[in-house]
Amino acid sequence: MTEKQKIAFYWCASCGGCEESVIDLAQDILAVAGAAEIVFWPVAMDFKYADVAAMKDNEIAVTLINGSIRTDEQEHMARALRKKSKLLMAHGSCAHLGGIVGLANLFQGSEVLGRSYKEVPSVNNPQGVLPQTTTVESGRKLTLPGFHDTVRTLDQTVAVDYYIPGCPPTPELVKDAIMMVLEDRLPPRGSVLADRKALCETCPLRDSRPDEVKISELHRVHEIEWDPHKCFLDQGIICLGPATRGGCMARCIHANMPCRGCFGPTDNVADQGAKCVSFLASILDSTDEEELQTMAAAIPDPAGLFYRYSLPSSLLSRKMNGRDL
Amino acid sequence: MKGFKPKIVGFLCNWCSYEGADSAGRARKPYPANLRVVRVMCSGRTDPQFIMQAFKVGADGVLILGCHPGDCHYKEGNLQTLKRYTLLKEMLPQLGIERERLRLDWISASEGDKFAQVVSDMVEKVRQLGPLVRGQ
Repeated sequence: MTEKQKIAFYWCASCGGCEESVIDLAQDILAVAGAAEIVFWPVAMDFKYADVAAMKDNEIAVTLINGSIRTDEQEHMARALRKKSKLLMAHGSCAHLGGIVGLANLFQGSEVLGRSYKEVPSVNNPQGVLPQTTTVESGRKLTLPGFHDTVRTLDQTVAVDYYIPGCPPTPELVKDAIMMVLEDRLPPRGSVLADRKALCETCPLRDSRPDEVKISELHRVHEIEWDPHKCFLDQGIICLGPATRGGCMARCIHANMPCRGCFGPTDNVADQGAKCVSFLASILDSTDEEELQTMAAAIPDPAGLFYRYSLPSSLLSRKMNGRDL
Repeated sequence: MKGFKPKIVGFLCNWCSYEGADSAGRARKPYPANLRVVRVMCSGRTDPQFIMQAFKVGADGVLILGCHPGDCHYKEGNLQTLKRYTLLKEMLPQLGIERERLRLDWISASEGDKFAQVVSDMVEKVRQLGPLVRGQ
C-alpha cells in the first residue's frame, strides 16, 4: 500500500466558522480521512508546534489555513506551514480577503487595543494596562505574541496556491478542494476554487429581476415588508450579488437574506468595495446630486457594507492617515 | 505645509474636457503643473477602482472632468459618473480620505478658462489639506 498523502489545517485570526465547515463535511470527512492522513489540526486533535517543526520541508501535500494574520504567532505559523507544505490554501474569507476581522483596518492597531482593554463598558481596568509581549509576574517571564497594526490576508504574508472563498465556505467547496489535491485535478495555480461568475448568475430569484433595475429609495431588511420571491435589489434592498463571486449555493438568498459579499470579487476585479459602489450607484434612479446624496445617506456605514469581507485585500487595504474625518 | 506639491490625477473625457484642456493651452492660460492627466473616452469610464488605485499609488487628489449634463457623447455616461462619484464620496472619509480630495466638474471643449480655474482651485484646496498619508 502506498503511503497516504498528508494534510493539515490551521487557524489564525478567525472565528472558528471555517473549522466548522470542515466538521460539517459530516460523513464525507471519512472519505477525506480514508484518502489522506491529517497530520496537524490543533482545533480538533492534539498536536503541538514542535510536531510541525519536526516535519520535513514539503512533507504535507496541502495545508488549509483559515483566518487573517494579526499577530507574530500567526505569521510565524503561516511561514512554518508554508515551508512544510507543497500546497497552501487560503481557507475562507479571512485568509482569502481579510474577512470581517479585516474591518479593524478602519482603525489603528492602538485604537483597537485601547477600545478592547480600556473603553468597553464590561472592562474594569483602572490602571489602563494593555497586553505586553513580555510580563514578569512573581519572578516568571510570561510572553504573548506581538499585535500588528494592520490586519493582513494570508497571501500578503506568504505565497498562497489556491483560495477557498466564503464566510464560511460551503462544506462542498472544502471537500472539493481537498479531493482536487488528492486526485491531482487542480486548476491553474492562484485560482479561487468557486464559480467564476457573479452570484446573480445562479441566484434563485434571478428570473424575478427585471431587465433594468432602477431604485429610488434604499431600505434595510427590517424597514419594509418585502416579497421573498422577488429580486432584493428591485425592492430597494441592497444585495451585493452583482459584485460577488458565486459558488455559495445562494445560502443567504435561500434564507431570505440579501448577499453581503463573502465570496469576494469575481476574477479581474481588484477592489470589491469600489465595484459595489459602481454597480449600486448605476441603478439609483436619479441624476440630481442632492437627491443622490439623500439616497446615499440611507447607508449608515458604506465602507463596512461594501468592504465587509475584503478591506485588507482592497486597493487601499486600510484607512489612510488615521485622522478622524 | 511648506514645499508641498500636491499630486492630482485627472480623468478627462476625450470629447469635452480634454479638448477644454487643449483650449486652455492654446489660449496660453496658466494653470498649475500638479495635474497628471489620464484621457478616458468618457468620464463614465472612470471606474471607482481607478480612483482608489490613484489614491493608493500617490495621488493627493483626484479630479474627474466630463461633459456638461445633456452633452455626453454617449448620452448619459457623465450622469453615471455623477452617481458613482456621489456614493463614493460618502465612503471616502471612512477610509481616511477627505471628501475634498475628490472632485467632479463639467468642462466643455470651449471652456479653457474654466479648466484653468478648476485645476487651480483643486490644487489650492489639496495644498491646504496637506499630503495624503498612507498606512504601512
